Amino acid sequence: MTQWSILDTWIVIVGSLCAAACALPGTLLVLRKMSMMGDAISHTVLAGLAIAFLVTHRRDPATMFVGAVVIGLVTALLIQLVGSLGRTEIGASMGIVFTSLFAMGLVLMRQAIDHVEIDPDCVLYGAIEASYFDQITWMGMNLPRAAIINGGAGIFNLLLIVVLYKEFKVSAFDPALSTTLGINANVMHYLLMTMTAVTTVAAFETVGSILVIAMLIVPPATAYLLTDRLSFMMCWSVLLAILAAIFGHVSAVTVPTWFGFGGTSTAGMMAFCAGLIFVAVWLLAPRHGVLSKVFHRCILQLRIVREDVLGLLYRLEELPPSHELSTTPALLQGILGVGPVLSTLAVSSLARRGYIEHRSGQLHLTNQGRRAGRHLIRSHRLWESFLQKHLHLASDHVHEPAEQLEHITDAAMQNQLAERTNQPQTDPHGKKIP
Amino acid sequence: MLLAVLSILHGTQIAVASDQASGNPGRSIRPVNSIADSSIHWPSAEQFLRVLTLRDFNTRVVVLGVACLGLACGTIGTFLLLRKRSLTADALSHATLPGIAIAFIIMAKLGGDGKQLAGLLLGAFIFGGLGVGAILVIRHTTRLKDDAALGIVLSVFFGVGLSLLNLIQQMPLGHAAGLNRFIFGKAASMLPVDAWTILIAALVISLSCLVLFKELTLLCFDQGYARSQGWSVITLDMVLMVLVVGVTVIALQSVGLVLAVAMLIIPSAAARFWTEHLARMVIISAVIGMVGGYLGATISALVPRMPTGPVIVLVCSGAFIVSVACGPKRGVVARTVAQKRLGRRVAIQHLLRAVYECSEMAEKKVSSGNTVANVTAPLGELVKVRSWSINQLSRLIRSACRGKLLVSGNSGVALTDHGLREAERVVRNHRLWETYLIHYADIAPSHVDRDADEIEHILGHDMIVHLEQILSGKVKSDPMPPSPHHLSVAPTDVNGVTA
Repeated sequence: MTQWSILDTWIVIVGSLCAAACALPGTLLVLRKMSMMGDAISHTVLAGLAIAFLVTHRRDPATMFVGAVVIGLVTALLIQLVGSLGRTEIGASMGIVFTSLFAMGLVLMRQAIDHVEIDPDCVLYGAIEASYFDQITWMGMNLPRAAIINGGAGIFNLLLIVVLYKEFKVSAFDPALSTTLGINANVMHYLLMTMTAVTTVAAFETVGSILVIAMLIVPPATAYLLTDRLSFMMCWSVLLAILAAIFGHVSAVTVPTWFGFGGTSTAGMMAFCAGLIFVAVWLLAPRHGVLSKVFHRCILQLRIVREDVLGLLYRLEELPPSHELSTTPALLQGILGVGPVLSTLAVSSLARRGYIEHRSGQLHLTNQGRRAGRHLIRSHRLWESFLQKHLHLASDHVHEPAEQLEHITDAAMQNQLAERTNQPQTDPHGKKIP
Repeated sequence: MLLAVLSILHGTQIAVASDQASGNPGRSIRPVNSIADSSIHWPSAEQFLRVLTLRDFNTRVVVLGVACLGLACGTIGTFLLLRKRSLTADALSHATLPGIAIAFIIMAKLGGDGKQLAGLLLGAFIFGGLGVGAILVIRHTTRLKDDAALGIVLSVFFGVGLSLLNLIQQMPLGHAAGLNRFIFGKAASMLPVDAWTILIAALVISLSCLVLFKELTLLCFDQGYARSQGWSVITLDMVLMVLVVGVTVIALQSVGLVLAVAMLIIPSAAARFWTEHLARMVIISAVIGMVGGYLGATISALVPRMPTGPVIVLVCSGAFIVSVACGPKRGVVARTVAQKRLGRRVAIQHLLRAVYECSEMAEKKVSSGNTVANVTAPLGELVKVRSWSINQLSRLIRSACRGKLLVSGNSGVALTDHGLREAERVVRNHRLWETYLIHYADIAPSHVDRDADEIEHILGHDMIVHLEQILSGKVKSDPMPPSPHHLSVAPTDVNGVTA
């Protein structure tokens, strides 16, 4: 790594503050399925700045800020209006409104402020690398202005969410319930939009709109895969956002040097790192991750094959002794129609648990295994009787459903089934129910 | 804040589109009197005609290229809108940026200046496809909804693209300014070969839409039916997305990736207001897109300091606003007029019923159930019947007099023959429904008035015949059933409760 300086520290701090500020309203946006609202508002900020300048002919930060926040709210209003007037879906009305306002912003910028050399690129890139040089004195300390603005937005969001936590929670998960509880869903919607607009405007100057969108959406979406509780989700998304900011800057200054370059856009790399973290969580999350889902599916499949092996061996024992079928693992594989890996795993795990034993190359049930096999076959045949008696399925159609149901039937359910079918002795195929 | 942005960017920025066609090449710093000098330099009529009739070579190339683009966007956009995937186009247009950057780097490393348009567009196409793939993976393997998937793909891919562009600027050949045109578009830099590329791509895409018209229609309107007919919905979705990626990629150069989505959505959303018929919608949308492109490029060529992409989008937005206002059935004006008309009809029917019932009471013939002969009602009585003000009432009466339903005299208003027939019909509808509610819905007689008040206007002939049938024997319904509840002239409050 090249030299780490106070500059880098402040870039990381500003990035983290901005990321944390974005992650809070972002959580609510993601939960309310309105993530793209953040995208829309962050684009229209440009029009807000231009209009504020054209109307007031002033360029002080307060005017610009108010103009941008107002246009953010106007965006939200217009999106609703277009949606209700045009009866278009929300995505389309967002697309119409934000692109039109963004185009208007670009034209106004060119028309009015051309000679002061604004470049719409700054809307996208931001200038986080230079944030350190723009300092103001606050409580006797020289702090970068960007840190104060983003920190302020973060505190504003935090206060609003702490004060109105319950209201936000109810309206995010159940708008109908929130209305019956007397919480006006519309008010909550526009409060959230205000929060988004304030955050976006605060962050836009330092980090650019693209990072705002990334931080509004990606960390909360990542957190959504990690937890089922709103409070945890907020904490996680703030934490992940800060992580993405830190790794983003570190990789922006280090990774390009491996290829002989001198460092790249911090904002872009922060977005990229947020994406990397998302991919990692998507793979590895304990409950909602892809790998854990695959793992659980495999475990379930293995259990089913194990039970099928027991059931098969039990059925073979039922056959008259004259019937010579050798119970080799290869035969089991053929009858059950599963792959060699799965059946080998199932057989070895059953043998380890003492359900079956190998005798002269053949598999035999132990007493324990016989009990388990009997339980399974009993479930199977009771289900067949039930399906025929109560659902009026033809007797040649009951086997397949019973084959699936047998694996989720416990003793209590088995007793109920027996009761509902009047304790039958045989199943629809005439086989004895054990 | 703005000042800070400006000062920071002063050193590093890259000039945005400066329209060659406008005759204002490059960024000339003109002397300005005020910082807010926003006056527009209007072109002369001769200039206007020159551009509009495509006499300049440069303008011709740009305008025709952009118009073709509008055509293709409008066509495919219709299906995208109806499939409710509008914002997918936004996400994938942002996702093309790293593709452009990587294509540039690869081409530069292979020798060459890395700026061949075909190569860059190929890179964009591949990454657009990857973006769509990533959206699909997130949609199908996590519990995140579409909006989050779009946001993730959009911001992460674009972030990567920005970082790569930043690297390209440091390359020895790095003329990244050339790549920047893909972000905001720079139609003015279009060469004849680019225009031809766009033309051919637009034709191919529009033709594919025609060839696949039936399949895409099926996809947009009835997935379940498509599946039952043996079509793979996923494949059809993929085909649609490939077409969208294609059109987005050719839009990048002229309107830029941020605004490409506008060219897809806005014309088709505007077309939706003019027709209920898919084929017509596709045509209208294509025409709006084409005209939008043509006018936008023209305006931008004529008026200085008008970037092409945004102007095209604004022209399309203008078309959208006009459509929202003036669409024949769904338009705001048409809907407001229809609503007003209905409101007026309902109000007049209420008035007629009030007049009828007033005179009925005056003649004390409620119990006998005969039709009313002399139907006049004094204004003072009428105003108490419903919650209307004297002004509203007299306005209504004037309107009813114009329709020859009422005549107003000194003692009050009287029904004409025509008005009497209409009033009898409405009152009869009202009372039949009240009776029905009392007998079949077990509603107390004092509570049925409000309900019948709303439905009396829309009961058709068949419904009345049916009501007569099921109520025959329960009530004397010919010619005029008596009111099942006490008729009162006491003022009715908003809840329909008589005092």
